[in-house]
Amino acid sequence: MVEARATSGAQQGRAVLSCHDLTVGYGTRQVLDRVSLNFAAAKWHAVVGPNGCGKSTLLRALAGLHGVRSGSISLCGRPLSAWPRRARARRLAWLAQHAGITDLTGAEVVRLGRLAHGGWLAARQMEDDVAIRRAMVATGSWDWAERRLSSLSGGERQRIYLARALAVEAPVLLLDEPTTHLDPPHQEDVVRLLRAQADGCEVCVVSAIHDLSLALAADRVIVMGRHQLIGHGTVHEALAGGWLSAAFETPIDVVDYKGTHLWRPALDP
Amino acid sequence: MFGARGTVSTPRAAVLANRATRLGAANGMALWLMGCGVLTLLLTACSLVIGTSSIETSWHWLWMPDEQSAVVLWQIRLPRTLGAWCVGALLGLCGATAQGLFRNPLAEPYLLGTASGAALGVAISLIAVDSTIGELAWAGRLGLTGAACIGAIGATFLTIALSRGVLQTTRLLLAGIVVASVLAAATSLILLTKPDIFRAMQTFLLGSTAFLGWPSVALLGSVLGICLVPGLLWSRGLDALTLGEDTARSLGLSLPILRLALLGMISLGTAATVGEVGVVMFVGLMAPHVVRETLSVNHRQLLIAAPVCGGALLQAADLLCRWIIRPAELPVGAVTACVGGAYLVWLLWRRNRDA
Repeated sequence: MVEARATSGAQQGRAVLSCHDLTVGYGTRQVLDRVSLNFAAAKWHAVVGPNGCGKSTLLRALAGLHGVRSGSISLCGRPLSAWPRRARARRLAWLAQHAGITDLTGAEVVRLGRLAHGGWLAARQMEDDVAIRRAMVATGSWDWAERRLSSLSGGERQRIYLARALAVEAPVLLLDEPTTHLDPPHQEDVVRLLRAQADGCEVCVVSAIHDLSLALAADRVIVMGRHQLIGHGTVHEALAGGWLSAAFETPIDVVDYKGTHLWRPALDP
Repeated sequence: MFGARGTVSTPRAAVLANRATRLGAANGMALWLMGCGVLTLLLTACSLVIGTSSIETSWHWLWMPDEQSAVVLWQIRLPRTLGAWCVGALLGLCGATAQGLFRNPLAEPYLLGTASGAALGVAISLIAVDSTIGELAWAGRLGLTGAACIGAIGATFLTIALSRGVLQTTRLLLAGIVVASVLAAATSLILLTKPDIFRAMQTFLLGSTAFLGWPSVALLGSVLGICLVPGLLWSRGLDALTLGEDTARSLGLSLPILRLALLGMISLGTAATVGEVGVVMFVGLMAPHVVRETLSVNHRQLLIAAPVCGGALLQAADLLCRWIIRPAELPVGAVTACVGGAYLVWLLWRRNRDA
């Protein structure tokens, strides 16, 4: 784990995860059509777009969970499919949009994030315990370590799932809607957490995010339209190019309030 | 960062609290297992004493065994109750594994068609025993146990083949249902054409612990030992599976390997039990539920507790079926079906009231 982080640190700014001409579909439906993207270490990438445009599919394909029709994905300079299962699971953590509700305790769920680390030896166990505690404290879920997941509220559960993904301590973090079920202050916390993962731990964070104001706080945005990729670049490029309006096929008004980009809903007639 | 909101207590206090509750949970499990162990010992003692002869004689036998009573106690009653425990334990283990594997609380060990396959095997071998047809003579030589095992394992293979591999659990479940009904229909056809084997088939279909001897105990015990290995090895995999198949895969788990290993284990376990005692309904379904109702467990704990619970359940059922209509006996499968069915209905009603 440590050496994986060191290499990702060394190639800061270079792509840890990239896809080239990626085509993915379900049955007769083509969801992604020849998409090429690069995801850099120590950067937070937000994937935005209308419902059903393939944000989740993109993340699932990047995580190796969805069959690829054509094109290639590479992780840390090696084709994704060439990685051994467990080695890949140590380098790439994926958070589901909807995860199952179980009778396991919070700590047991977070410990599953260490499954690929093979904690048989005592030293490994210690490492696992430290990682689990760090992830749970970071997401503020440490107090529910011994509670059953089924007895927690949706937001509390979401923070346990997030801690599960963080506990992998992977250099690439793929998160599908990490802010769902959370109240505004906790959404704020998640955003700050993602920023800290990118800036402090030099993790390559890729997250699909519904809330435009939160998404525009990212380093880079990937804007997906209903039929094709609209653009991939910095927030300024996205705003200057009018990518959001193009993606949602309706005018999207973003205001600049003291350096923060905020989406303003057009409510007045 | 979340700490700023004051939701996190100091790590040290949390570690201490964590350790305290952990200990509590472990103690709960230990206490539960100890309770089950004591219950098992009690049931074993009762099984030695209660039989077709009167209790007074049996007590007398225990203290001062003569030659005849020693045979009854150690060659008939002890292997029978130990065998019943092993069968219950295997069914509990296979049931808990099936429920975890299919992520469905209604899954049970027979859902791959093993019971119907075994029944068909037995029917064929019963015909073959007194058959003059040369082609079927080999089946007669295998014996009922062997025929049941082959039928059960064959049905599992058929199910996996019909679902075209182990990629989708829904397809597996459906294939299991199809295989079970087709094989049951085939068995019924055989029964229609050969009514003279009807009584023997009935004993098998209702399940009976009456024929368990030491060789059966040795076989069942070793199968239980073999089946525990993959179960415990993949118990964290089953835990991961509760979060969803995609999450489990993203954690580096190979679902086809996990499914093949656990399906193999389930079919081996059920084939052994069906071969030895016939079809015993509801124990495999009930044991994991009893554990989950009384204890909150992860899969490693469940796969240890469910066999212990299932063993005690079947011992109790075995005792009941010998006790109710003394000196005659009820088939043990009928007792488990009644008691298990009643328990499930009660569980359902209780859940509804809570909701």
